[in-house]
Amino acid sequence: MRAFLGLLARNRLALAGLIVMALVVFFALITPLLPLPDPDVTNTSNRFVPPFSEGALLGTDHLGRDLLSRLMWGTRLSLAVGFAAALIAATIGAAIGIIAGYYGGRTDNIIMRGVDMLMAFPYILLALAIVAALGPGLLNALIAVAAVNIPFFARNIRGITVGIANKEFVDAARLSGMSDARIILTEILPNVIPVIVIAMSTTVGWMILETAGLSFLGLGSQPPQADLGSMLGEARSALITNPHTSIVPGMMILVIVMAINLLGDGVRDALDPRLKSGALNRPLPATLVARDRKPVEPKREGILTLTDLETQFRVKDRVYRAVGGVTLGVRPGECLGIIGESGSGKSVTALSVMGLVASPPGIVTGGSVHLEGEDLIGAPYRRLRTLRGRKVAYIFQDPLATLHPLYRIGDQLIEAISAHRAISGAEGRAKAIELLEAVRIPNAASRIDNYPHELSGGMRQRVGIAMALANDPEVIIADEPTTALDVTVQAQILSLLDDLRRERGLAIVFITHDFGVVGQLCDRVAVMYAGRIVEEGPTRDILDTPRHPYTARLMACVPELGGGRRRLEAIPGLPPAVNDLPPGCAFAERCTRVQPDCRKGDIALEPSGARAVRCLHPVPEQEAAE
Amino acid sequence: MTRYILRRLLSAIPVLLGISVIVFAIMAMIPGDPATAILGSYATPENVAALNEDLGLDKPLVQQYFIWLGNMLQGDFGRSFALNRPVLDEVLERFNATLVLAGTSFVFCSVLGIMAGVVSAANQYGAADKAITFVVLLGISIPSFFLGMMMILTFAVNLRWFPASGMWPIYGDRDIWALLDHLVMPAFALSVVATGVIARLSRSAMLEVLRQDFIRTARAKGVPERGVIWRHALRAAMVSIIPVLGIQAGFVLSGAVYIEVVFQWPGIGRMLVDAILRRDILLVQGGVVIVAACYVFFNIVVDVAQSLLDPRIKT
Ligand code: SF4
Repeated sequence: MRAFLGLLARNRLALAGLIVMALVVFFALITPLLPLPDPDVTNTSNRFVPPFSEGALLGTDHLGRDLLSRLMWGTRLSLAVGFAAALIAATIGAAIGIIAGYYGGRTDNIIMRGVDMLMAFPYILLALAIVAALGPGLLNALIAVAAVNIPFFARNIRGITVGIANKEFVDAARLSGMSDARIILTEILPNVIPVIVIAMSTTVGWMILETAGLSFLGLGSQPPQADLGSMLGEARSALITNPHTSIVPGMMILVIVMAINLLGDGVRDALDPRLKSGALNRPLPATLVARDRKPVEPKREGILTLTDLETQFRVKDRVYRAVGGVTLGVRPGECLGIIGESGSGKSVTALSVMGLVASPPGIVTGGSVHLEGEDLIGAPYRRLRTLRGRKVAYIFQDPLATLHPLYRIGDQLIEAISAHRAISGAEGRAKAIELLEAVRIPNAASRIDNYPHELSGGMRQRVGIAMALANDPEVIIADEPTTALDVTVQAQILSLLDDLRRERGLAIVFITHDFGVVGQLCDRVAVMYAGRIVEEGPTRDILDTPRHPYTARLMACVPELGGGRRRLEAIPGLPPAVNDLPPGCAFAERCTRVQPDCRKGDIALEPSGARAVRCLHPVPEQEAAE
Repeated sequence: MTRYILRRLLSAIPVLLGISVIVFAIMAMIPGDPATAILGSYATPENVAALNEDLGLDKPLVQQYFIWLGNMLQGDFGRSFALNRPVLDEVLERFNATLVLAGTSFVFCSVLGIMAGVVSAANQYGAADKAITFVVLLGISIPSFFLGMMMILTFAVNLRWFPASGMWPIYGDRDIWALLDHLVMPAFALSVVATGVIARLSRSAMLEVLRQDFIRTARAKGVPERGVIWRHALRAAMVSIIPVLGIQAGFVLSGAVYIEVVFQWPGIGRMLVDAILRRDILLVQGGVVIVAACYVFFNIVVDVAQSLLDPRIKT
């Protein structure tokens, strides 16, 4: 509760709402104690006195009654009626919801059918029908407004109750012979009350508005008694000549409802875990860049080079160093593998190249990425966009999520082309069919009109590859493209990629956690751990003699192609959280070869011939060869 | 598709029956002798007897319900004694005017609300987002009847841009321009709250979609940001926006009551209020049933639109 209030206090608008509401309620409560003129005493010689006059701060209305006094009494009445309606609706609605949710089965079915029927009515219409039957009057308006809101509460509370009624402690209570009534009162109700309170806080504004509306129509409070709505209704005939009589009560309703809405929004935000975690942040079109050092020149050769690349995630005041200085290069026609466990930073490395890391929270904080000599980090979005898909294309994991679910695959393929050059409809279609044929999709001409969900997983991934090929890119970055597929399909996709790179001279960066895949496709491989490369070299060499203890363990886990279904949990322990990396070797906690000096300071990636390893006590060659 | 529409139409039958039961039950709450209540000042002994005969008011409630339902199915909604004409004629005539008003409002709030939500989400926490969020908050907090009055004061009385009330000019042609002239203010006032609600929902729906993987794919393809937002994200967000449009249509349709009263619009809402104050029970009953039924059919249209928009829905 304290934490909740704290959260609320941090939301300034909600706090403002709370303060305004508290003031309004306070004045409504003390109204009878204030030295105000009687709100209902008419004085026809003093009609329509303008505001700020002597003796009548807000002026008088068409019968010469003091507006300030009427406003305060009217506010009191409106608040009372609104809160009462909310309370009645919440109580009855919650009771219905709890009964339906707790007993379930037919009881639930019948009750919820009825609730659905009520919800099939346009809202205010139902209230009008009830007032029509009961006759105009404030009490009847209150009943009507409460009644039309009951379904809303019943439905919400039922949902919560169903969740609770299936929990163990309720079962336990049942088995111990407690009566249903006692279970509901002692086990269910305490858990539901917070939800009821929240639902009330978000609807009480509506109820005040609706009762005011009915009164405005003349169906609520009857003269001389007046709530804010009927004050406004009576003032309407003098709207043009004396607008202040309308503006005073109208503004009051606006202020009250707005304060309640602000407060309700604040309550909702404070309780929504997604807002706190940033899960509702919109990713910018390109990853933010905050390089404090000068861009570095490439250290590797190739069409695409990464040099000391650093990417971080900043969530609140915590910093996760997802990529901590990665240097890589890939040449045309070459396939470079990047391998590591999930969380090793391999995907973030790949996404950083074209500024596709979700941002916020991602930020590229250092290093550079050169494509044909041009630095992409810090390149303006416009430039990046023209390169995306045209020079560097991506293939992602799980094409069911990465293809747009609501567009035909043909249209998505054509769009990949038309994003970069104008293309006629017929030409686009022909090209799309050609692309689908290139990735060996049978019946391409008819498949083109399918939606992604109508294809098998393997077919979908072929579409993903076809889309990457659409503009004949120089580089393809494939982020675990075969992980979600079964073994035979996986092998087909891999051989397809292999053929494509040979035919078209593509440079491929292939990200995976599966050494079997690396062995089949990649010329060179880089092993990543905790955001850094720990070993790098020609695939054969690394596979034959892994020098880094981590590489060795990784290989021991995944013996053959396709066995990769088994993730790397086989290594005891977890990779370190990248927000608090230990000094020295990040693998030290899980390493069997660890020595005291490993934990001392930074360990360099030590090159030897074509390979390099970041380890003080690497696995000896002979041992590694076994 | 045709079969899906037929199935949805069939499933509306129990809902319509439910609605008739609810309306009947509400009217059965009327205190005192129903015939006297219905007839009001026309309650001569002969009239009471005739009405009892007509509606079976002296029979048990269940029987009364079926008599009433049977009459309705034959298009007989009874007679309004105050207006001295059949309920159905009056209701249909008034309903036309309401449809013009509510329909315009609905188009207005859908387009404006969705656009505001998209712009807001695309500039999350930016100046446009903050401005829209504030206006939306104001919009959902202001009572539509108060807004309408203030609009009359400003735009009709002071600026003289639009006529203050009515649907048609008293003199002059009843053409489309005259109608539009009269329609602008009430349609806008009626749409404000719904616009706010739709904008809010669209914003959060868009934010949810923008984090999805297929948005990243679109960006990786090099689709310009405008296309990412309006073609990819909005299309996917529409799946959760459309049901809310259906709910808001109900709010616009019934919220028209206030606007019709403020702007003297000759619609069904004003007819209902007058009828309630006159205690013209049969007119209220007929009006409520017909508006509710119309809303049920509108929701079927929404469902069908949804299934057209989302190929994953099995039809
Ligand atoms: S540096 Fe030390 S702890 Fe790290 S991998 Fe090598 S041997 Fe193990």
